Amino acid sequence: MSRIQQVFSRGKAFIPFVTAGDPELGVTARIIQGMAEAGADLIEIGIPFSDPVAEGIVIQKADERALASGTTTDGIFEMVSRVREQTDVPLAFMTYINPVFVYGVEPFVRRAAGVGIDALIVPDLPFEEKDELQPVCRACGIDLISLIAPTSRERITRIAAEAEGFVYCVSSLGVTGVRKEITTDVGEMISLVKAVKNIPCAIGFGISTPEQARAMAEKADGVIVGSAIVRMMEQYGKDCVHPVTEYVRTMKRALQANAQGN
Amino acid sequence: MTKGRFGSYGGQYIPETLMNAVLEVEKAYHTWRADPEFRQELDGLLKNYAGRPSLLYFARKMTADLGGAKIYLKREDLNHTGSHKINNVLGQVLLAKKMGKTRVIAETGAGQHGVATATAAALMGLECEIFMGREDTERQALNVFRMELLGAKVHPVTSGTQTLKDAVNETLREWVSRVEDTYYVLGSVMGPHPFPTIVRDFQKIIGEEIRRQLMEAEGRLPDMIIACVGGGSNAIGAFYDFIPDTQVQLIGCEAAGLGVDTPKNAATIAKGSVGIFHGMKSYFCQDEYGQIAPVYSISAGLDYPGIGPEHAMLADHARVTYIPVTDAQAVEAFEYLSRTEGIIPAIESAHAVAYACTIAPKMPRDRILVINISGRGDKDVAAIARYKGVDLHE
Repeated sequence: MSRIQQVFSRGKAFIPFVTAGDPELGVTARIIQGMAEAGADLIEIGIPFSDPVAEGIVIQKADERALASGTTTDGIFEMVSRVREQTDVPLAFMTYINPVFVYGVEPFVRRAAGVGIDALIVPDLPFEEKDELQPVCRACGIDLISLIAPTSRERITRIAAEAEGFVYCVSSLGVTGVRKEITTDVGEMISLVKAVKNIPCAIGFGISTPEQARAMAEKADGVIVGSAIVRMMEQYGKDCVHPVTEYVRTMKRALQANAQGN
Repeated sequence: MTKGRFGSYGGQYIPETLMNAVLEVEKAYHTWRADPEFRQELDGLLKNYAGRPSLLYFARKMTADLGGAKIYLKREDLNHTGSHKINNVLGQVLLAKKMGKTRVIAETGAGQHGVATATAAALMGLECEIFMGREDTERQALNVFRMELLGAKVHPVTSGTQTLKDAVNETLREWVSRVEDTYYVLGSVMGPHPFPTIVRDFQKIIGEEIRRQLMEAEGRLPDMIIACVGGGSNAIGAFYDFIPDTQVQLIGCEAAGLGVDTPKNAATIAKGSVGIFHGMKSYFCQDEYGQIAPVYSISAGLDYPGIGPEHAMLADHARVTYIPVTDAQAVEAFEYLSRTEGIIPAIESAHAVAYACTIAPKMPRDRILVINISGRGDKDVAAIARYKGVDLHE
């Protein structure tokens, strides 16, 4: 079992996201530690990209702030390497294919593995193109995470059969961002996955409140929250560590209560 | 290697949410392209609505003035809506209609593709929304109003550099949000497979006509064809039929803005490197970490940090030569063609005219050179006046 799958063996997983370098890498390092202490089961670290087409306005702005503060892929590797000395929480990189491809697939994945990254999520690398990264990820012991969407339908079977680590279930049509309600039948998406492979499923896109997280966790093995956290970082800037940590604690508790309730 | 490749370029690098939509387009295109009724309908529209074939005009004064090769102009500017964009749009919007889509969306730079899409949507009764960088809505205000007249909703895009690249980002985001009833009419030979192939197939009529018309006029093939390149749809349209005829030199003129030695340019082949963006592997202007560069050109239509994947392959194979042309050279050519032949070209097309002005005098008089005038320049008159410091009240 990979480190990523162990994440889900301890009950419902809470997976927060942070854009690296927003507002600066020193703050990102403290946020990751804060999230880990507050009970995050896996932390997604976003490597900012100039043109994040899968993101809504909140994470777009975070990427802009991060790049404006001079954040580079090398700087992020160094930051993660320092954080790894403090915590053994599983970590995933979330970024677009171009920053990985231009860095060099092999140097990127090797270095990511070296600093202690466990998984890689690349939203513009669909099933058809995953050979761009998968062989190198396998060789380096990094799980390349597969995404499924409400439009995936019959594709889910094929994607799930070759999925590694966990399956990232996109809850809704559209880009990332907070939503009032999620209308997709994610339960059905997940049962299609589980019919093919016994692999954990985590739901992301649009989740922000403890109530939503609880509801989603009834159907899934984990819940991913991005924009709601990034919005706090936008609001509090360098003082965001405390509010973000408290938010993660609240969300994790909501999921634990859920587990006990069932 | 996966589908839709031109050498190692191309591919389908898009979010999972869009994969089924793109596969559906691929399947529908495969079915309809071979359908005689579809072909007949499209040919009818191209002839009776767009005004094809477009003229191949012998530029007598320009030829005499430059004193070298015989110069012919392929007059895509005379098409309905004023550019080559209508060729692709009529094909794709007809396809969207056959697929049962009720709404089309598109990005636009200069506004040519947006106007063409709004036009075809009006004609075929589809809802239409256009995404255009805010900076471009200002440089091309006339085209914004034109699209609105045609019944389209125009969304100014305020993210990033507020130009064509950002318009593509925003159109992709819109498509992810509403994919079931919506068809994305991509405007150039770019994006994920099958778009580079579909757009090329709908544009290759330009080169096919050049061949036929020049055989009638001169009884032989041209020695050189020159076209401007942003994403590269008018260029691939003019070149494609001649790719096997290796004696025909093919020249793509990319936007060098203030110069390739300055950061203010959009010369992708000259200054870019291989990357993966907007659904395709190709050349892009970007930094060492793969962050896409904020490019610049006076021409909103060429102000794009990438180039279609088939061009990337043709550049590697040296079948097409790509030449950077600056703003200053393009503006000079814009004025030159207007004065010399009474034809005001789009500032995009003026990049091709500029190179022709340099190369034609060096060619013997028995050589034949064709310039693809991809669009007309009415839309650029105000911007050129501004460039020249003329205070114009429209």
